[in-house]
Amino acid sequence: MFIEQVINGLTLGSIYALFALGYTMVYGILRMINFAHSEIFMVGAYIGFWVLSSLPVFLPGFLPAYFLAVFILAMLGAGLLAVVVERIAYKPLRHASRLAPLISAIGVSIFLQNLIMLTAGASSRPYPEKLPLEQFNFFGAQVSSLQIFIFGLAVLLMFILTLFISRTRLGKAMRATAENHIVAQLMGINVNTVISLTFIIGGGLGGIAGVLNGLYYGSVKYNMGFLPGIKAFTAAVLGGIGNLKGAMAGGFILGIVEAFAAGYISSENKDIFAFVILILVLLFKPAGLFGEEVPEKI
Amino acid sequence: MKWLTALLLLIIAPLIGYHYGNFYALHVAGLVGIYCILCVGLNITVGYAGLLDLGFMAFCAIGAYTAALLSIKGLSFWITLPVCLLLGGLIRYLIGAPVLRLRGDYLAIVTLAFGEIFRLVANNFDWLTNGPKGLPRVGEKISEIRLFSLSFTNDLQFYYLILFFLLCTLLISYRLEHSRTGRALVAIREDELAAKLSGINVPRVKSLAFVLSGMFGALAGAIYVHWIGFISPEMFTFWESVLLVAMLVIGGMGNIAGALLGVLLLVGVPELLRPVLGTRFVEYRMLIFGLIMIVVIIFRPEGLLPSKRRAAELHAKDD
Repeated sequence: MFIEQVINGLTLGSIYALFALGYTMVYGILRMINFAHSEIFMVGAYIGFWVLSSLPVFLPGFLPAYFLAVFILAMLGAGLLAVVVERIAYKPLRHASRLAPLISAIGVSIFLQNLIMLTAGASSRPYPEKLPLEQFNFFGAQVSSLQIFIFGLAVLLMFILTLFISRTRLGKAMRATAENHIVAQLMGINVNTVISLTFIIGGGLGGIAGVLNGLYYGSVKYNMGFLPGIKAFTAAVLGGIGNLKGAMAGGFILGIVEAFAAGYISSENKDIFAFVILILVLLFKPAGLFGEEVPEKI
Repeated sequence: MKWLTALLLLIIAPLIGYHYGNFYALHVAGLVGIYCILCVGLNITVGYAGLLDLGFMAFCAIGAYTAALLSIKGLSFWITLPVCLLLGGLIRYLIGAPVLRLRGDYLAIVTLAFGEIFRLVANNFDWLTNGPKGLPRVGEKISEIRLFSLSFTNDLQFYYLILFFLLCTLLISYRLEHSRTGRALVAIREDELAAKLSGINVPRVKSLAFVLSGMFGALAGAIYVHWIGFISPEMFTFWESVLLVAMLVIGGMGNIAGALLGVLLLVGVPELLRPVLGTRFVEYRMLIFGLIMIVVIIFRPEGLLPSKRRAAELHAKDD
């Protein structure tokens, strides 16, 4: 039971961590809660669903290449959508009050959810199972190949992202922009490009998280983004919003807490625990576990 | 004079509608009235104080569930109503005490979380709320509202009851807006630090606004459950709370007339168009609201019917 819940928690946590990175990256650069990120996740899951159900596997040996294509398409689609949303709904509000972009993001969220509901239907659809499923025995607990795949892919993507942010020029530009827009601009950084890049990467990771979520739970629905979105946001705040490593850690912590709450206390009320954690973190440790306390500027 | 004419029209028009058998319009009018109470109540938090509340429907749910549970036990509406208001206000106060310290966007997320917790509790705690099946349970009945020998049963009677409570709501809200407390709220919205330095007791005033608006939510819920005679957790989702915020944003935050216009546009017009344009239109409704919300917040953040002060504030040059 114990090891099984740890494995479930790590799988869930991988999805939350990838999802939370989008919230935290956007917050780091623009200081806004990208409420529509949960819909980017949902659209990513739908892109995966459409590709998987329309594109056949040509040859049995091509399965890895096939899945690579699925993930790249979902990543590109979700990333581009995130940039388009930023350009239309957030950019004009960059100097408005803090609540204006949040309200605009909620408008985007309503729009995208209803768009998908009207075009793809209001009921949930089964996700195509094309990944061969095998069960392994791990210290007496069952691990499926899907769980290993989700965890492995998430860790790989997070590793690549960390390298990108810390080693490349663009990563450096992103860190500089997060620090201070005006100074970054004076150093010759095109802030708008960096913001677009942030939305592409964050949205793309969110889209992949959506596909993984679809594979793991086996279905997609137009409102599937809302609850995981709140949980991923909780993970981002838990790790200190704006902090990449914090979001990753927060995602895994939240996944494990949820798995244990569902396994040992009550699976029916597991979502209530997620909301309670969110409230407690925001009230008592709004800077998160790994964030710095920044005094409000006057 | 203008107001008196409007009031007379509101009193007489439904009688004519009822006489000619236009029951649907009467039902819509009642619904618009309920949403007006909710929106004018939410306006105190979102409009005057500038605190974004994304879980307001939770307090409508508290009012509705309390009224339903007590009236199933046989208590009169005139006893349950004060209980609903007090309970709604008390819970709102207890939540507000720690939460109102948070800054804008975090406050919005915390209210969202509380709203969802209330919905999940209503959904999961079957022994109290009968879970997703809603109240009343089979064999139970929500008692009628009685006033002397009159009992409220049809839409026309409820229309007048809702109108009465709406007028009370409007009066209280109007008096608040033009009171010392109302000005203090606006001062906090514009600059919390400056308000504090001018001697305003910021936590107390914020808490007062938060509690008062929650009580209006509970009021609307209590009347609604007696009118419709049924309640389930589905009626109080996050998206319902967001819809209320959308009405305020589109109509004009911080202005009573704006709040009323928002309700007319987002509830009144679509409901009246429903029989004309068919259910297909209703499906597109939310899509259109989402778009309007984005367009309004970008191009006219003060809403369609703004308060002068709010408009001036939003169009001020960067400080």
